[in-house]
Amino acid sequence: MSDGRGHALVLRGLSKHYGAFTAVDKVSLEVGQGEFLTLLGPSGSGKTTILMAVAGFVAPTAGSILLDGSDITPLPPEKRNFGMVFQGYALFPHMTVADNVAFPLRVRRLSRADRDVKVRAALDLVQLGQFADRLPKQLSGGQQQRVALARALVFDPALLLLDEPLSALDKKLRAELQEELKALHKRVGRTFINVTHDQEEALSMSDRIAILNHGKLIQHGAPGALYERPRTRFVADFLGKSNFLEGIARVPTARGFTLEAGVHDIAVRLTEGEAPPPEGKRSLLSLRPEKIGLLTDGATAENVVGGSIVAWSYLGAGYSLRISTDTLGELRVVLPAWQASFAPAEGLPVRLGWSADAAVLVEDDAP
Amino acid sequence: MSDSGRPGLGWWLLILPALLLLLAFYVAPIVQVLAVSVTEPEMGLGNYERIFTSGSVQRVILTTLRICLITTVFALLLGYGIAYAITLASPRMKGWWILAVLVPLWISVLVRAFAWVTLLRRQGLINNTLMESGLISEPLPLVWNEFGIIVGMVHYMVPFAVLPMLSSMREIDPRLLAAARGLGASRGDTFRRVFLPLSMPGVIAAGVLVFIFSLGFYITPAILGGGKTLMVAEWISLQILDLIRWGLGTMMATMLVLAILVTLAVFSRIVDLRRIFGSGA
Repeated sequence: MSDGRGHALVLRGLSKHYGAFTAVDKVSLEVGQGEFLTLLGPSGSGKTTILMAVAGFVAPTAGSILLDGSDITPLPPEKRNFGMVFQGYALFPHMTVADNVAFPLRVRRLSRADRDVKVRAALDLVQLGQFADRLPKQLSGGQQQRVALARALVFDPALLLLDEPLSALDKKLRAELQEELKALHKRVGRTFINVTHDQEEALSMSDRIAILNHGKLIQHGAPGALYERPRTRFVADFLGKSNFLEGIARVPTARGFTLEAGVHDIAVRLTEGEAPPPEGKRSLLSLRPEKIGLLTDGATAENVVGGSIVAWSYLGAGYSLRISTDTLGELRVVLPAWQASFAPAEGLPVRLGWSADAAVLVEDDAP
Repeated sequence: MSDSGRPGLGWWLLILPALLLLLAFYVAPIVQVLAVSVTEPEMGLGNYERIFTSGSVQRVILTTLRICLITTVFALLLGYGIAYAITLASPRMKGWWILAVLVPLWISVLVRAFAWVTLLRRQGLINNTLMESGLISEPLPLVWNEFGIIVGMVHYMVPFAVLPMLSSMREIDPRLLAAARGLGASRGDTFRRVFLPLSMPGVIAAGVLVFIFSLGFYITPAILGGGKTLMVAEWISLQILDLIRWGLGTMMATMLVLAILVTLAVFSRIVDLRRIFGSGA
């Protein structure tokens, strides 16, 4: 692959309106060289529209798209030199695997010899060398997916765009291909932009995730940072599961504050540099189910609440419990099965505990 | 269907009345007429010998084949353009386009043939306009020859060419075209390497349909050919109705039926004919 490096893409105030409907609303985002960025959001969040605008199939209403500093907004798709893997792969049904992969080279008028070398290399890259003469319909879904990848990479594209690349596959194959795609990204060192509504896929593959809702960019960052420090209720809810605790902020200090949730006071410790909410402000906390522990007799924690099990389910690796607490309503708790020193049963009284830095202050953007 | 997956006797009984009706009133008379070709004026293959010996018989066959081939080519070219435009048009425009293609089908073939005569004849609209503008000094021979026949036939056949091609183009996944553009193909390359090959089944289907249809064409060639250029159908009617040479006329009819069956047989090896004529999905 010629330069062996990715290219940087910048979206500047990108908007797309369809009549009165706003599909994308002033999205600004930078994608670094060689980065694997995932646009994550529910359907209708504008993630696919953004990808199509980057690919050149959708003309933005406002804003611009820059590749390595130069404006590519007015360029037609074929002039952008981006590889793209479409939803459902869009392999040409009348061409063999080799001809499909050779297509981008053929339209670039490469000589036959050059073509053959590159096609073979691309097929080897996705371990499909022996399928070169098959037709797409003779391949499994996973194999078709790999042909689409080879076809999108064979011409050394500046970017690789992936539109829900794994959505048509079953769960097991999807997990397998997630790993493969990540390994492929490492091997080719190109900039990948992936679109998905599957949060697991986003968390496992990406260097960075951009979360979108209603056409707006809500938050972006590394998967871990996004999961641990969601900025809004939507992010906390969409990326993983979360309990939400609502109350009034009291006695704010630089180290933390107390959330007065009804009769219950919750201790919250802030991370460095995070500002506490002003005294008396209505505030919302996100508390991940796996950060709540079940306390044995005599044990204690910074936050403790009593309750009883309403419902439980066994997940293999752990238990998911729904607990009706005495003072905080219903809380969801996930705990590793090996840590559960008891057999869960409905009605069983329990004590829950979590540390003061487990809960995260989030903005309430619920409609 | 019975459990074995083959049609049971009960089902055959259901279509038996229709089958008998067809045999009695359609197949039997045709066979009878075709049989005349080996019995009139005397028993034997004398009429068929004419194909190899008679210059006029050969001329009719060659003229018919030539006109049919040219008609098919032009109907396919025009039809492909129209079908392509319809495929790319917005949903609202699609309706108008299809209406524009279908309306001519609802107008009598006689009306359309005579309309072409008024346009193409010596003092017709086209010749008059060209003469008045000084482009030509003598009227062009536009009608009562092969040219006139072909104009009329192409006009008649275009809708029949459009419809199979349109249905085949509709089956092309638009994402394939987007994929081609995204992979660096210009509009021209996308058309040539992706759209055209994927629409070929429709082109072949339309070609077979138009060619077979053209072979037995009667009214349009009769009016626009003015009796000077004879195609097979008109020639058959001439033999039987005017010259009372039943043997010769039915021999040519047999050849016509054979030509159609051979065309179908050849192309059924290339494309799925059941799809062309709309049975099954």
